Amino acid sequence: MSALLETRGLVAHYGDFQALFGIDADVHEGERVALIGSNGAGKSTFLTSIAGMRRSAKESIVFDGAPIGALDAADVAALGIALVPEGRRLFPSLSVEENLAMGAFNRRKGPWNLENVYSLFPALREKRRAPATSLSGGQQQMVAIGRALMANPRLLMCDEISLGLSPAVVKEVYAALGVVCSEHGVSAIVVEQDIELARTMSDRAYCFTHGFVSLSGTSTDLTREAISAAYFGV
Amino acid sequence: MNWLDTVIQGTLLGGLYALFAMGLAVIYGVMKQINIAHGDFIVLAAYLALGIVAATGLHPFLVIPLAIVVFGFFGYAVQRTILNRTIGGDILPPLVVTYGLSIVIENALQQTQSADPRSIKLGALETASVPLGGGLAVGVFPLVMLVTAIVVAIVLEIVFNRTRLGMAFRAVSDDREIASIMGVRDKRLFGYATAISFAVIAIAGVFMGIKFTFTPSLGPNFLLYAFEAVVIGGMGSFWGTLAGGIVLGIAQAIGFALNPGWGILAGHLVFLAVLLVRPTGIFARTA
Amino acid sequence: MTAASPRVERYSTGGRVGLVLAAALVLALLSGPFWLPSDAMRLVVQFACLLAMSQMWNLLVGYGGLVSIGQQAYIGIGGYALFVLANQLGLNPFVSVPIAGVVAALFALPTSRVVFRLSGGYFAVATWVVAEVYRLLVANISALGSGAGVSLTAMLAYDKGTRESITFWLAVVLLIVTTGGVYWLLRSPLGLALTAMRDSDIAAESQGVAVGRIKLLVYVLAAFGTGCAGALYFMNALRISPDAAFGMDWIPLLFFTVIIGGIGTIEGPIVGTLLYFTLRQVFGDYGAWYLIALGVVAIVVMIRFPRGIYGELAVRFGWRFFPIQRILREPK
Repeated sequence: MSALLETRGLVAHYGDFQALFGIDADVHEGERVALIGSNGAGKSTFLTSIAGMRRSAKESIVFDGAPIGALDAADVAALGIALVPEGRRLFPSLSVEENLAMGAFNRRKGPWNLENVYSLFPALREKRRAPATSLSGGQQQMVAIGRALMANPRLLMCDEISLGLSPAVVKEVYAALGVVCSEHGVSAIVVEQDIELARTMSDRAYCFTHGFVSLSGTSTDLTREAISAAYFGV
Repeated sequence: MNWLDTVIQGTLLGGLYALFAMGLAVIYGVMKQINIAHGDFIVLAAYLALGIVAATGLHPFLVIPLAIVVFGFFGYAVQRTILNRTIGGDILPPLVVTYGLSIVIENALQQTQSADPRSIKLGALETASVPLGGGLAVGVFPLVMLVTAIVVAIVLEIVFNRTRLGMAFRAVSDDREIASIMGVRDKRLFGYATAISFAVIAIAGVFMGIKFTFTPSLGPNFLLYAFEAVVIGGMGSFWGTLAGGIVLGIAQAIGFALNPGWGILAGHLVFLAVLLVRPTGIFARTA
Repeated sequence: MTAASPRVERYSTGGRVGLVLAAALVLALLSGPFWLPSDAMRLVVQFACLLAMSQMWNLLVGYGGLVSIGQQAYIGIGGYALFVLANQLGLNPFVSVPIAGVVAALFALPTSRVVFRLSGGYFAVATWVVAEVYRLLVANISALGSGAGVSLTAMLAYDKGTRESITFWLAVVLLIVTTGGVYWLLRSPLGLALTAMRDSDIAAESQGVAVGRIKLLVYVLAAFGTGCAGALYFMNALRISPDAAFGMDWIPLLFFTVIIGGIGTIEGPIVGTLLYFTLRQVFGDYGAWYLIALGVVAIVVMIRFPRGIYGELAVRFGWRFFPIQRILREPK
């Protein structure tokens, strides 16, 4: 079975600093993939490269059989790749509902609309008119996830969505993500600091160390010890 | 001096300044950039209108829709071909490039149209006025300018707050990168913003040409008036910009009534006073 | 293993060449009044004034990150201060030049209180408004000649030769003080702070750089240098008017010399000013077309070659005649 997303020798630079050194990774249809690694390992750079926020070599990112490395972010979005960015980055001058509507800017067809997002995160419904940045951290995270879902993505990428959320909400959010993937066939890449959480919510995992993939495998096969070793790059 | 009359005349003049300012506010609101050539484009629009009136014999008011369309496309083209290349973190390129455009437009007009003062003739409407009682009267044309400014403010408020395009404008202004991963094509969007700005410039240019006798070198003055009105009003809403234009108009009218040499100066001083006392603008929304 | 610590290199071969060349040029220039014809001397004075203004604008914009498009305020204040000090207060006009610079710096202090309330593009246009305010104020003061301006009658006390020679020497001093001053400033610890600020205000602040105070210092220093240059420029011209002193033509000139020459380098404004004078001598008679061409060139350079002529050459050939960098060299 061919993968929905493949990266082949993906590299990334910030000026003179190289952040990614030839990443080979695959994500299959309906699969949940976790990215594990310490701060600065290149996980966020990997996601922003796929999203087209940084330009890559054309053939180094292939989505649904087509090379997309050199596309503009807007063109990548149109293919159905959505990102919940690190630090949420909601639009401060837009209301909650407008933030969600921005997610649907591409007007891609699919199961997600305002109504379904509000059913998933009922707390947002009553705050729909409020400025997005006036919400609590957890609610803002829900807006960020809802905004990405509104794009009706085929590939949903989440960058540390559990950061700053209470354990109960984290559980809720990942349960929702599981439903999204299994029921709608959406693929997901999730960056998660909590190794145990990352293992339980994913089908496969990649460990990033200093811009390299140091370990990869089926989540159930990867032992905590192996991940810890890869995590610290020893 | 008759204070009430001066304030009324200043308010009406403020309508014109608000039209100057709203075009500038659109570009700043979306791109966070200042178009130094803004005033020169207003002057250019006046020459364009003058040319159309001379060629077709149309009433100047009927030229406005045509000027809006021409300038709208022109603005889109200027943004896509030149100004989009200056977008980025650094503030110097947009300032230098638009300043360069200002020099080019002013001198090109100087060469082709000469430095002789011109004006667009309105005929009988120019002197028509409505009596307010008590010896006061307001000119019909200045009233038309103020009403137009109010209409433009309403339209811009609707576009920015109630449409999909306006939502994208605000999103891009907040976070260009994230807007682009939602599918917003920022460069095209900037083109639309400049098209809207230039449409307002077209209206402002025609009215300016009727109200003032103009020469190619007036552009920088108009830029400063527009800028002052935007800052006095405070960012965040076109109502603020409208109010800022009126404050500036009143300040200039009072200064001018005291001494003809002080009109423009009075406007500048009010602007500086606002900066000192309330740098976010008098009518800024306090978030 | 005890490693010898790396050495901080602060001079390059180009830097030594630069200093020697500069010293030779200064010596040659100082003898100028003995062999240069009078119109050539006037041209050199103009050149020195424009270069001084350019270096100050470069310091302000290229290093301080303060994009002012209102420096004509300080050109005009310096110029008018000279006329007031010499004509009305009877001071020696030559001594008045540095005092005029101080006057400009004194005006910069309260002005900064207003314009520093804004940043970026808003700051830029606000500085322009301030320059217009000064122009309009001066034009309304009859003691300063109103809109028509005044002549520097104090200079009648000197014969033509003395007048021209001292003006010329002052110009040479101005060159040394501004170009040398910027060079020295950028090599000082303050220069490091400025370079850090140019890259990022926030990062510099977090490293303990007092960004606000340094910006104020740069603004006031630039006003002083620009004021001196303005005073000397109008001493050379012997006449001043609000439009000439506070007019809008100065800024495109500074754009040309600094940006086309190479912003953020000391060499750039020198290249730019030389180029400007060459072009003016050759094409100056073409009036509006000449200005249109300058505008187009400024646009194209800013978009395609933002480093300017010198910056592009320096990157290509690794030139550094006025090295301000600190380079770590591994011990051999």
